[in-house]
Amino acid sequence: MTGEDLILACSAIGAGLACIAGIGPGVGQGYAAGQAAAAVGRNPGAKGTITSTMLLGQAVAETTGLYGLAVAIILLFVKPLLW
Amino acid sequence: MFIFAEGDTSYMIKLLYKLGYKLFGSDVYLTTTHVAMIITTVVLLGFFIAANIAIKRALKQDTVTKPGGFLNVVELIVEKLDGISSEGMGSHANKFRNYIGTLFIFILFNNICGIFGLRAPTADYGVTLCLGLITFFLIHYNGIKKNKAGHFTALFKPLPFLFPINVISEVATPLSLSLRLFGNVMSGTVMLGLWYGLMPVVFRFGIPAALHCYFDLFSGAIQAYVFCMLTMVYIEDKIAD
Repeated sequence: MTGEDLILACSAIGAGLACIAGIGPGVGQGYAAGQAAAAVGRNPGAKGTITSTMLLGQAVAETTGLYGLAVAIILLFVKPLLW
Repeated sequence: MFIFAEGDTSYMIKLLYKLGYKLFGSDVYLTTTHVAMIITTVVLLGFFIAANIAIKRALKQDTVTKPGGFLNVVELIVEKLDGISSEGMGSHANKFRNYIGTLFIFILFNNICGIFGLRAPTADYGVTLCLGLITFFLIHYNGIKKNKAGHFTALFKPLPFLFPINVISEVATPLSLSLRLFGNVMSGTVMLGLWYGLMPVVFRFGIPAALHCYFDLFSGAIQAYVFCMLTMVYIEDKIAD
């Protein structure tokens, strides 16, 4: 096993670890969806506004998970550690 | 050993044709992004020209008649797009109506390219970064136009030594906007590429339809809406009275 192989293997492990970042947005989006469901239950007339607000908030909350995904993709395909 | 690895996975940007010149010391290629984007732009242009002709013809009539099929669809689309901008900006919506509507329809069509077998252009960071930079310049152009020098002194606002943090948060705006769009579309592209590349042939029919519905249609529409909404929120933040 050469040094390059070791770097590639560790990059793959690092990419997998970076995807653990998906836990946070999952919890956050679920919480937002639960709160939105409660809000619709309390005030069914405002369903449209609540849904669009929830989707906007969830998309913003998703950003940190996507940073993890970007790190994983860069580690796997750009291979910055081999340069 | 590789029972499942039948085809090859193809979700990266392909270099199609080498153009004859160099930019910053590297070769310039025509890629799948360019081709897909040209196709969506031509389709959209055809639709816009047809809609323009239909509207002009309807305006020329002397008597008021009820709109026909195509004109009805065009009116519905325009109303929905205007609804997005007036929902996000309130009284300032009139100035940004055209830009937001165009942006939404452009990002939406680029996101749902995957259904038609093209590689979505928004899964290329070069495209989304440009969209984010357009938003960045719009934010600061409108901020300077509204607040003149106050736009820059606002960076020192709560406390003077917070200046670096304020600058970082301004620079992070286009980055987070573009990374959000890129990450969502790219994750869908990678997922479908893996499915088509690694699954046995039996699973490549029927089942991907559900994946396409979620990753291309649902996620694409949501992300286009969110991009427009956040652009409006950031601009509104600068030009609010």
